[in-house]
Amino acid sequence: MDQWLQALGKGGLSFFERLGRGNVFLLRTLTGLPSAMGHFRLVIQQLHSVGVLSIQIIGVSGLTVGMVLGLQMYNTLVDFGAEDSLGPVVALSLVRELGPVLAALLFAGRAGSALTAEIGLMKATEQLSGMEMMAVDPIKRVIAPRFVAGFISMPLLAAIFSAVGILGSYFVGIGLLGVDSGAFWSQMQSKVDLMEDVVNGVIKSVVFGFVATWIAVFEGYDAVPTTEGVSRATTRTVVHTAFAVLGLDFVLTAMMFGED
Amino acid sequence: MANASKDEVLVRIRGLHFSHGPRVILDGIDVDIRRGSVATIMGPSGTGKTTLLRLIGGQLKPDAGTVEVDGQNVASLSRGELFQLRKRMGMMFQTGALFTDLTVFDNVAFPLREHTDLPESMIRDLVIIKLNAVGLRGARDLMPSELSGGMARRVALARAISLDPMMIMYDEPFTGQDPITVGVIMQLIRRLNDNMGLTSVIVSHDVAEVSAISDQICLLSGGKVVADGSPRDLRESQSAWAKQFLNAEPDGPVPFHYPAKDYRDDLFGERD
Repeated sequence: MDQWLQALGKGGLSFFERLGRGNVFLLRTLTGLPSAMGHFRLVIQQLHSVGVLSIQIIGVSGLTVGMVLGLQMYNTLVDFGAEDSLGPVVALSLVRELGPVLAALLFAGRAGSALTAEIGLMKATEQLSGMEMMAVDPIKRVIAPRFVAGFISMPLLAAIFSAVGILGSYFVGIGLLGVDSGAFWSQMQSKVDLMEDVVNGVIKSVVFGFVATWIAVFEGYDAVPTTEGVSRATTRTVVHTAFAVLGLDFVLTAMMFGED
Repeated sequence: MANASKDEVLVRIRGLHFSHGPRVILDGIDVDIRRGSVATIMGPSGTGKTTLLRLIGGQLKPDAGTVEVDGQNVASLSRGELFQLRKRMGMMFQTGALFTDLTVFDNVAFPLREHTDLPESMIRDLVIIKLNAVGLRGARDLMPSELSGGMARRVALARAISLDPMMIMYDEPFTGQDPITVGVIMQLIRRLNDNMGLTSVIVSHDVAEVSAISDQICLLSGGKVVADGSPRDLRESQSAWAKQFLNAEPDGPVPFHYPAKDYRDDLFGERD
């Protein structure tokens, strides 16, 4: 019992210590943002490696998710003669939930893990230390541009995911299953509300982008600078981002759509 | 600053204590490093040599005692003041610590671009001068992954001197290098020190190499300074510890065996 309590206390303390370090780190990163904007070339480079290079996986996943969604929804809706509602059903699921959440999970796997590994290896090879010894703050020079890039990229990737997903379901619904194209689009237009659905989805993706990038750069910066440490940090990035995104998604959904 | 620069001693360490968790690494160290000299800190692995460099560079804070560099107490400086001081210190890391996403040229240009407003044409000339000093002017367009270990260290050295610092610190500059590279780096350390009016602090355990180029050698063991003086003083030292280290004897004050229970008991006694 004693040991159990001790382990619990130790676990709790280390959790809060880490959380504290993470927050101090975030604060330092945020104060480094103006100087990152001064080095905008660095941000552009990171936008390429974090954002542009993620488009492929986001596009392919969005397309397949949209196609599957189209197929499955059609099978249920057609029983009620409601196949014209395929458009709004698919659009709402993507814009409100699947776009932001799945894009964030894929983002953690594709871009977040790469950020953690890159920063962790820079630490392991003393590049961050070297930078400090050259009187250059690695938070401003390395972390802040990556943070900005992730924060900008994630909502855009989520939007691409949703848009490509809707196109995927369009191809399946109209091309394969014979849903009426006019009904598909007009129903979608009348049922999907800009503020209620689209903007709320965008807010989600902004929050997820913030959290996913924060976790990724923090795990890299906080990694134990060894081969094993970096590999663990990379794993933690993916796992923690998944937990954080799914948990936050529930909270945000409850706040946004809970009342009606 | 004006009266500080008259001081003969550039780095003054007094009563320095440092612990990593429960493990005491430095246990009361006093060292003076004179301006213009090449000073080496020696000792077996794990005695806190690199830690000492990090304390001098202000990357770690001492538990007790002071490190003064050019008259300034490093631990008491604000971040801005520390960064000002670091612009006048170069450091060459064990692995070189080159930025892997930049070419050799851009690596050496990095401190200049960060800390000066010099026009690009002048930066180019300065970088070429520094690269020429380490013999790698022709390698300027290579990436760090295309360099051998010895070349990477020379590029790191060129980067460390790019802002014309007052002192330069070398973390294990000879480890794992072939004899030719060791010779090149030895010669570079001494030549740069004398030609540029630097002060050099080397952390190493390569006895022969550092004896040949150092003015002062400081032997650390168990967190304490066990010998401090010129290479000749050390060779004549009566300290059992210094003798063991300099002559590479396997057993002595530093025991061959990791602490263990009695050997006979271990073999014939009760098993656990």
